[in-house]
Amino acid sequence: MASYDLIVIGGGPAGYVGAIRAAQLGKKVACIENDRAGGTCLNWGCIPTKALLKNAEMYTTLKHKADEFGLSFDNLNYDWSKVIGRSRQVSDKLAGGIEFLFKKNKIDYLRGTGSLVGSSPSGGNQVSVTDAEGKTETHDAKNILLATGCKARDLPFLKFDGQRVLNARDAMTLPEQPKEMLIIGAGAIGVEFAYFYNAFGTKVTIVEMMDHLLPVEDTDVSITLEKSFKKQGINFLLTTKTTAAAVTDGGVELTVEPAKGGESVVLKGDVCLVAVGVGAILPGGAEKLELTDRGYVKTNDRYQTNLPGVSAAGDLIGPPWLAHVASFEAIHAVESMFDPKHKSKKVEIFPGCTYCHPEVASVGLTERACKEKGIAVKIGKFPFQASGRALAAGEPEGFVKLIYGEKYGELLGAHIIGAEATELIAEMGLAITLEATYEELESTIHAHPTLSEAIHEATSDAYGHAIHI
Amino acid sequence: MASYLKMPKLSDTMSEGTLVKWLKKPGDSVAVDEDIAEVETDKATMTMPSFEEGILHTIYVKEGETVALGAALALILSDGEEAPADADKAPGSEAKASAPAPDAPAAKTEASAASTAPATAPAPVASAPAVTSGRLKASPLARKIAKEKGVDLARLNGSGPGGRIVKKDVENAPVGGGGGSLGLLPPAMAKPDRSVPLTGMRRVIAARLLESKTTIPHFYLNIEIDTEALMNLREQVNAASTANGGPKYTVNDFIMRATVLATGSVPEVNGSFQGDSILYHGETHLSVAVAIEDGLVTPVIRSAQSKSIKDLAAELKDLAVRARDKKLTPNEMTGGTITISNLGAFGIGNFDAIINPPQAAILSIGTITKQPVVNAQNQIVPGQRMWIGMSCDHRVIDGAVGAKFLSELKRFLETPVLLVS
Repeated sequence: MASYDLIVIGGGPAGYVGAIRAAQLGKKVACIENDRAGGTCLNWGCIPTKALLKNAEMYTTLKHKADEFGLSFDNLNYDWSKVIGRSRQVSDKLAGGIEFLFKKNKIDYLRGTGSLVGSSPSGGNQVSVTDAEGKTETHDAKNILLATGCKARDLPFLKFDGQRVLNARDAMTLPEQPKEMLIIGAGAIGVEFAYFYNAFGTKVTIVEMMDHLLPVEDTDVSITLEKSFKKQGINFLLTTKTTAAAVTDGGVELTVEPAKGGESVVLKGDVCLVAVGVGAILPGGAEKLELTDRGYVKTNDRYQTNLPGVSAAGDLIGPPWLAHVASFEAIHAVESMFDPKHKSKKVEIFPGCTYCHPEVASVGLTERACKEKGIAVKIGKFPFQASGRALAAGEPEGFVKLIYGEKYGELLGAHIIGAEATELIAEMGLAITLEATYEELESTIHAHPTLSEAIHEATSDAYGHAIHI
Repeated sequence: MASYLKMPKLSDTMSEGTLVKWLKKPGDSVAVDEDIAEVETDKATMTMPSFEEGILHTIYVKEGETVALGAALALILSDGEEAPADADKAPGSEAKASAPAPDAPAAKTEASAASTAPATAPAPVASAPAVTSGRLKASPLARKIAKEKGVDLARLNGSGPGGRIVKKDVENAPVGGGGGSLGLLPPAMAKPDRSVPLTGMRRVIAARLLESKTTIPHFYLNIEIDTEALMNLREQVNAASTANGGPKYTVNDFIMRATVLATGSVPEVNGSFQGDSILYHGETHLSVAVAIEDGLVTPVIRSAQSKSIKDLAAELKDLAVRARDKKLTPNEMTGGTITISNLGAFGIGNFDAIINPPQAAILSIGTITKQPVVNAQNQIVPGQRMWIGMSCDHRVIDGAVGAKFLSELKRFLETPVLLVS
């Protein structure tokens, strides 16, 4: 039994960041984690997939572009176990880094499963930790931060089995490369794995209910990605729903039909990745926790739940399920907890990135959303085809599309598809946060030759004075 | 030998002064009667001459600070003299524990300590509180919206990072000045409260008028004047005067002359209560209230009984101009025996004024209005009327005396040829 100012349940991008922030504020903190520090992001999401995608990109470049760059070699090959192995090593290294940060900040790192126990005789709450051997300890906590995250949702007729029916975690550690893969869902996870497996020669088919790949992105971006995927040989069925599935010894069969009705078709694959969304993981003892109608933990503007002394941050309080959003929420949750005057902020503007090739990144409103909201806009677009740097790098695919408010010229949204899109988006996020207008963007000199010049040119294009198109 | 330059008494009513500006800096040599600083008294800002010859060694009072009479302002040494060991401290600074800071003069008053801005940036009058020095932090979008909507960014509190003003703040802000679309009144601006430290003048107005209103038994009379003849005469006088390149006379010029003459007829109103005696003044020194930027002053036309309308008008004009520039000497603002306060130009019908001690009476002049009047033939005809009020110190002036004075004043104003003959 120990007593803490804060016990964080969950050691992912919300949990470990919240714990460190509280420690920086001089609080006595413990962080409970039942798997590995770093959470989904670091162990089973963002980081290991990026390692895999780098392998895919290198392999694709060598396989398809070597000749263009004047390279030639025989017997290009790969070792699947090393591809997967490198990805795991990266995660291991980073998870160790989080444990070091816990030590550095004098945070007690408690391995086990955390549960809410109820109120403590001393006035606060109590949390129990049950370790792998089943041994349970109970601690007093003046405050609790729930940061238990989410896990992949499966379909009623297609339950995860880790062999044939996969979630993202399974898909990134397959011991053998499948020959044919079906993917349900064309969000970031579905699209990234489609690119990865296709790059290594797996025949991939994506099934998506909505009318585009990455349906939340700007439609122009989706259309460009669809063209690129088609060229890469990735199959996708849009506006198509999966109505039934059968798992056999030889693989998975999906029955799909047009979303608006029509003739059904049966698709076959060795495996099926189900990437249709995630659901909140609730800790033990959370029966009295108020949830939203979608099953996420309900929080107020200060990230407090309905239970006194219990806050929540990260994936389990609802979308967007992004590591950088989770960390932002955790910092505000912790500062709200210990500083009554803290002006807590909920997430409004955040970048979203998809690391397939070409990369997709966006921040702010899409053109579609502006139309729905009735906002008059000026739109500028610059294709990487006209960028010297993109051509030099052999990456002419994609464009930068910027949306400015017509009246005041403020940046409302930025949508980038192409090489390094996920790095280029940072400038756009800053511009929106600072409420920059096209004048600030246009009067900022962007270095030549860089991909970022496309941002400058897209801005000029919105106002009819782009130089290079 | 070392001597201290002290806050001098520059006017009768002065109890403290604000050091507006040093005209010399430490190390400068000063001669007797050479201007060394500018000081704001309750009445005016004036230059202060040095009473000593030597080198200005140490300054104890910073620009913008207010100190009591006699407080040490600076140390002056004779040429070649060594500074005393305690030269960095104003004399008496240890004796009085209330001195707010080690380098502040001991006699500094509490009120001024509270109202004086930080020593590095003396600001006699606080500006709008939302305006802070330095860069105004606002996003480019917020600036554009503010410009279009006519919102004054300086009045807003930013909710963005580091107090930055962002779009939301401007959208929620009241519109400041103009900008409303046709047919729509702009919403009333919610101005923040502001606290303005008292100027020397305001402090004196507050103290003197409170004392007057609470210690002098005021009573009030008023009388209606038919101004038709006066206005006709004024028209003729002005026509004649301007034809010769002379000045135009105001109604107030005639009222001054009438007051002087009525005071001659009823000299009992021209007195001062002195505790165990009443002093009746042999001359009429006429005080006239003049509104200036941040208060009012009452410059005095001396020996007004011996001055024509032309003299009175010219003298008042000169005094009023210098009053607004704060260039009056204390002497020009003291020694009056009766006061005129005229709010007619503002359209005030009638009002009661507070006596300007140690005087015993003040006249309050209203505006001239055209109105239906009943003439000698019992007919209702268009006429002109003006109200004059009189506030009297009952210890000096009884009701009948005041009434007699007002009826004399009425007689002069309604028979205006007496004013110019």
